Amino acid sequence: MTIHKTSQNIVVVNTGCANISSVKFALERLNVSVSVSDDLDTISKADKVFLPGVGSANAAMASIEKKQLKECIQSLSQPVIGVCLGMQLMVDQSEEGLDSNTHCLGLIPGTVKRMQVGDLRLPHMGWNTVTPVGDSPLFSGIPAGTYFYFVHSYAVDVYQHTLASCEYGYPFSAALHKDNFFGVQFHPERSGDAGAKLLENFVNL
Amino acid sequence: MLARRIIPCLDVRDGKVVKGVKFRNHEIIGDIVPLAEKYAQQGADELVFYDITASSDQRVVDKSWVSRIAQVIDIPFCVAGGIKTVEDAGRILEMGADKISVNSPALADPNLITQLHDTYGQQCVVVGIDSYFNEENRQYQVYQFTGDESRTQLTGWQTADWVSEVQQRGAGEIVLNCMNQDGVRQGYDIAQLKMIRDLCKVPLIASGGAGEKSHFSEVFEQADVDGALAASVFHKGVIPIPELKDYLRDANIAIRD
Repeated sequence: MTIHKTSQNIVVVNTGCANISSVKFALERLNVSVSVSDDLDTISKADKVFLPGVGSANAAMASIEKKQLKECIQSLSQPVIGVCLGMQLMVDQSEEGLDSNTHCLGLIPGTVKRMQVGDLRLPHMGWNTVTPVGDSPLFSGIPAGTYFYFVHSYAVDVYQHTLASCEYGYPFSAALHKDNFFGVQFHPERSGDAGAKLLENFVNL
Repeated sequence: MLARRIIPCLDVRDGKVVKGVKFRNHEIIGDIVPLAEKYAQQGADELVFYDITASSDQRVVDKSWVSRIAQVIDIPFCVAGGIKTVEDAGRILEMGADKISVNSPALADPNLITQLHDTYGQQCVVVGIDSYFNEENRQYQVYQFTGDESRTQLTGWQTADWVSEVQQRGAGEIVLNCMNQDGVRQGYDIAQLKMIRDLCKVPLIASGGAGEKSHFSEVFEQADVDGALAASVFHKGVIPIPELKDYLRDANIAIRD
């Protein structure tokens, strides 16, 4: 693994969700120094920002709003990557909610929907193959058919902002991209060498 | 295509990995972190750590090893044993575990499953079930406190009913431990797993009985389980994981490279 920009200031947004330490540890394994913060100024001044998340969309958005992080995240212009639920929070809305749809951050157009997998099991849990769409620096050196680790029951359909796709009963977005915002539905921090490569690519953007 | 998972299970007691036969006579296999690292490097798809003493005695168990594992391991892992409350689960997840597995405490209070689901989401809630085939009444029955022989007891649940109940309450995955087969390496309980598979709409992991490579291909092909868990065959080097994965690939089973 080669990190070209080791002196960067990488911040993991403390969304109040549970996979924060595994994202932090994965970056530390790449010898990147990283801090976890919910301070608006620290997040705004970061070179790269991670938006982690597990759990439910409504609980995570409630936590982000309670911490008054919504406008801060929406105003970021440096590269930002959302992981798993963090990716789902980046689009306009999610069907996952207590009574109604959850309004998300609106960084990328789109809607998160309950996966339609027929007789297959949900959650979609385990290692599945990912196919990048076109040439993106985020997937540099990661060929089509590479396995990543997924755990989710909701997903974004394949559409114009899909950066990589996966198939489980139907095709869905494994990764999204618009402007400076990236999102991955899988867990790079738990996807072995392939996940480390993707994290390295993001840090090197 | 979604790959079938190979899952080494590390039974933990006092910070060491141990293994017994039919849940008994535990011997020390080695230190947790180096063993976990070794399995991850060999291509294990996931790891499960069962703190086998935790549910069956009352003391507070040191779980600091969870964050040490999270620092070095780049594959998902689940922690089981001694998780009795939502707060217990929260601490384990904060230390970096991807999933928590509940067994005896969920039998004592099934509402624990509902609470874990509502607080942390379905994706991290695993329910472990210790199921024993009673030859006399020809029924699969659920047992509790199997980590301690002196406290192991039959519950009022038939396995199929408990499998349905835990799904209704929000389990995201079920590990079915077939006690008759545990540690004796005669193959997974295909008949039972097939029966449970039909009822189980969440991922199902087979546990108990792996002794040969063919046992893995049989359980994937015949019982359609999502993953196969094993301990002694990996700890004792009977089946090297890379060799097992090659074997399964040759049998046209979807396996991660």
